[in-house]
Parts: sequence; structure tokens; C-alpha cells
Amino acid sequence: MLNPSAQKHLELKANEIRQDIIKMLVEAGSGHSAGPLGMADIFTALYFQILHHNPHNPKLADRDRLILSNGHICPVLYTTLAHVGYFPISELKTLRKLGSKLQGHPHRGSLPGIETTSGPLGSGLSQSCGMALVGKMDNASWRVFCLMSDGEQDAGNTWEAVMLAGKYKLDNLTAIIDRNNIQIDGFTDDIMPLEPLGDKYKSFGWQVIEIDGHNFTAIIDAVDLAKTIHDKPTLILAHTTPGKGVDFMENDYLWHGKPPTKEEAEKALDQLEKIERQIEQSSR
Amino acid sequence: MSKARADALKMTDPKLNPKLFNKDVEMVPSRNGYGEGLVLAGDNDKNIVALCADLTESTRTEAFAKKYPDRFFEIGVAEQNLVTVASGMANAGKIPFVTSYATFSPGRNWEQIRTTICYNDVPVKIIGSHAGISVGPDGATHQALEDMAIMRALPNMIVICPCDAIEAKKATLAIAKNGKPSYMRLSRSEIPVVTTEETPFKIGQAEVFHHGKDATIIACGQMVYLSMLVAEELKEHKISVRVINCHTLKPLDSKTILAAAEETGGIVTVEEHQIHSGLGGAVSELVAQHFPVPMKILGTQDRFGESGQPAELLEKFGLTAENIKQAIISVIRMKEK
Repeated sequence: MLNPSAQKHLELKANEIRQDIIKMLVEAGSGHSAGPLGMADIFTALYFQILHHNPHNPKLADRDRLILSNGHICPVLYTTLAHVGYFPISELKTLRKLGSKLQGHPHRGSLPGIETTSGPLGSGLSQSCGMALVGKMDNASWRVFCLMSDGEQDAGNTWEAVMLAGKYKLDNLTAIIDRNNIQIDGFTDDIMPLEPLGDKYKSFGWQVIEIDGHNFTAIIDAVDLAKTIHDKPTLILAHTTPGKGVDFMENDYLWHGKPPTKEEAEKALDQLEKIERQIEQSSR
Repeated sequence: MSKARADALKMTDPKLNPKLFNKDVEMVPSRNGYGEGLVLAGDNDKNIVALCADLTESTRTEAFAKKYPDRFFEIGVAEQNLVTVASGMANAGKIPFVTSYATFSPGRNWEQIRTTICYNDVPVKIIGSHAGISVGPDGATHQALEDMAIMRALPNMIVICPCDAIEAKKATLAIAKNGKPSYMRLSRSEIPVVTTEETPFKIGQAEVFHHGKDATIIACGQMVYLSMLVAEELKEHKISVRVINCHTLKPLDSKTILAAAEETGGIVTVEEHQIHSGLGGAVSELVAQHFPVPMKILGTQDRFGESGQPAELLEKFGLTAENIKQAIISVIRMKEK
């Protein structure tokens, strides 16, 4: 269980990150809104609490590796990396602009803290498996975290990796699926039904933990539990609300792939600032 | 071997196989050289790992898998996974060699190679066996004729097509150390051994295997052997042909090729690949921009292969010594116009 002040700190951090996501997207004029807002809590928990890493030494040899497979939610990755100290927060406003380190989809080598290039869906879990195999070969202390969308569970490449992780018993690998039920063309249930998703992973030899992806204690406990499981990779199936914190974006797939207008951004920031005040005033 | 031919061989000087022009020249598939080279590379560097997609024996990865079982990974029939797992391993410090048939890898998994290997710029070595029409009876589905085109188009990628098994071994050892995404295509069928251990090999450096001044044949893979035969034969007709073994399509050796354009004034390229965007494409892109000369591009004519014996197929698809000879004669005529 998180102590109340740690909980409050993480909630405020995630709120700040959401506000910066809105600001960077409106400045960029293109990009994805729903996924980044929905994953802000998980990114905050990972970078401010869970991962072994050093923003001042991005190539730290024994760092945990975080692979973002669904690269299109990079606004939340970039914002979190900036807030945790990898680069100045002021650089966020260069997103998607000519010459920016903040490419439209993440590029390894352009920005410190980016472990791999991603965007085309379905290949992040395989790369994570490759890293986890190396971790096993070298008896390394570091762990591999792979963040995926539910939409990319449609991809055959994903399931090739699911099978391989089971075969090689990659217990140093933790995958987290952002189960927000939307993809570009609509609801995942309509585009390509995935359920029973957790059972599918279990049948491939994975340990599966289902959580509320907005509950910091649940996120941290699930990762801790994954570390104790031997001979199996772990999937954390994180149920999230796309567009979390902005009522007109929440659960609407039309917000998957577009940025807010200036007016929409002002409205969104008003709502997020209101939530910020509530967190600050909470007695927890 | 006639005395004249033996003397000719001495003149060429790249320390080629002394039995090159004999009927009993050794025949070895280039994939065998890869298999030997991979074990040697593994002996030299413990970071070398090998991954295969259910074709371990036929791609000659088997010897490495037996010697270094802890560094070998069987991925199953999953070529997209093959290269993306390798990408992750390379990203974490290993030097992965991934093998399959060239139609499947780099055929089926091109986007994964593009994004996770080339754009990431990590040193994964993609080995495509069973390339070319000479794959034979398996037919068009298994005869890779477009692999060099799709690999050559990718930034950061090195593309190599060795002329025989010995060169394949040297190329394997060289790409193990070059720190770059690399593609090497190999033959299934037995092909003549053209080189020796002493023949020079350097990535990106084409070698003149036969000196000549009237026209140049630029070839890769087993077409180098045929080109040498043609050059020898034409000498008896007082036609002096230069033969360049262009084992590296990318980066292309512009110095050697432009010198040939300037000094011989006509070029024939020969490859077991579609005429579009392979060796002929690479050479013509260079020559057209820097020293235009008459050219002929020999390869498969924008069509799929079929089943048959390698020799039958090479004949049907226009990749014989006679085809090369005719192309040389027509390039020389074009020069004279």
C-alpha cells in the first residue's frame, strides 16, 4: 500500500503530465489524445516509482528496459521523460516539428531514454522478448517492460512473440496492455473481438494480472507480484479510460488519433486544473 | 587446362581457384560457406548469437546450433518474430545472425526490418538462403528474385551477394564485425568455387577478376563464374573483357565501376535477380549519373520463376554464358555507333 503522501505525489504528477500532453498536442496540431491521457497514471507509476533508471545516465548498464510498442501514444512517454528529468520540459512544445528530437513516433537515437523505435504496431513484444533473452543469457538484474495497446493484439507478430515468451519462460518480462477498448476505426469489440484476452495469454503460458490502470497501488502491486513469479512471463491487463480526465474525450474512439483544437484544449485544461485542485485539497 | 588458359589465370592475379576453368572445378553451395563462417565468427566473439525460423539444417545454421546451443534460438515458422526478436537482442548488445529462405526473410518481414533494424540502426545480420532462379524444383514461391531490391532500398543496410562458398565465409566473418544492419543472400544449389582463401575480400570493394578493355561484365553470385568463362572464351575472338565481382551491392564500389565505364566504355550486368533494382539497377544509377556508357542488364525479366533443374532454369530465363556473350557483343556494337 502506498503511503498517502506518495499517493498524492503520484496523482499530482500524473495530472501535470496530462496537462502537458494537452498543451503539446494543441501546439503540434496533430497526434493522438485518448491513449496518452489514459496511460498517464501507468507511465507516472513506472518512471517515478517502479523502474530502475537514471535520467542523467540514460544508457545505465543495469537499467530496466521499457519498450513502448504502441509508439503513437508517445506524447505520454515524452512528457513523462521530461518530467522525470531526461530533457527540459520546454522541449515538449517541439513535438512533430522539423528538426525536433520529439518525432511523431519515437525514434531510438533521437531522444535520450527511448529504448527503441516504434509506431508500426505489433513488433514491440518481440523486441522485448529479444532483450529478455539477453537478460537471461547474461544473468542480468534488469527487467524488461513492454507497453502495448489492445488494438495491436490484432497483429500476428504480437502472438508470435506471446508464444516465444512462453517457450523461453521469460519471467524477466512484464507486458502491460492498455485495455481501453478503442482503436482508430472504432471499439475493439467491433473491429476485431479480443476476448477472452487474459485467457488467451494464460493458455500460452503467461501469468495474467488484471488491474484498474488508474489505481497506483494496483499498478505497483502488480509489478511487484510479477517479480515473484518464476518461469513465466507476466501480463498486466490494465483497464483504462481513454481520454481520462477530460470528460468529452473519455471513451470516445474519435479521440484516438486527433489533437484538441485551441478551444477544446482550454476546456480540457480547465477540467484537469480542477482535478489538480481536488487532489491538492484532499486530506489523504 | 590449356597452357594459354593457365597463363591467363596468372595474369588476372586475384588468386582465384587454379581449377576455375577446369571441368572438375569444385561445386559447393554458398550456404555451406556461411555455415562454416558462422561457427568461426562464434568462436571469435561470444556476443554472436543465431536465430532460425525452422530451417536450421538447410540454411546451414546447424553447426553453430550444435556447438553453441545456449546461443542458438529456434523461433519457429515466424519470420516477423525472427527479425524483431533479433532486433531486441542487438539493441541489448548481441550480434544476431537470422536465417531463413530469402523469400520469407527479408521477404515476409520487410517492415519489421525497416523499422526495428534499419531505422534503429542495430547490427542484425539477415541471411537469405535459397536466392535466385537456381533454387530449382521448389518453384517460384521459393526462388527469391526481389530480395536485393527490397534490401538495397533501405537506409543503413549493407547488401552482399557472395560469388561462392569461400567468399560467403569471408563475408560472414566481415559482417560479424561491421556493426551495421547487413543482408547476405546465398544459393541453394552447388555453384563453382571461383575464389581461394587468399582472394581479397572487403565489404564495399568490388574486385577485378579478369582484366580487359573492350567492355566490362559486372556480376554477383554464381554469375561471376559464368562471366569468367565468357571473358576467357571471347579472348580467343580477340575481344578483351573485364570481369568485376561486385559482391557488395550496397555500398556500391563506385571507384572500380566508374573506372570500368571510363576505360572499357560498355557494361553488362548479370545477376540471378529481377532486372529491376538489383545489381543492374545499382550500377546503372551510378553510371547514368557520372559516366554514361552503353549497358545491358541481364536477370529475370519481370516475371516469376518455375520448377525445374537449376541448369534448365538458367537457360530458360536467359542466364547462360551464351546470353552474356551476346550481351557483350551488342554493348560493343552500341559503343561503336
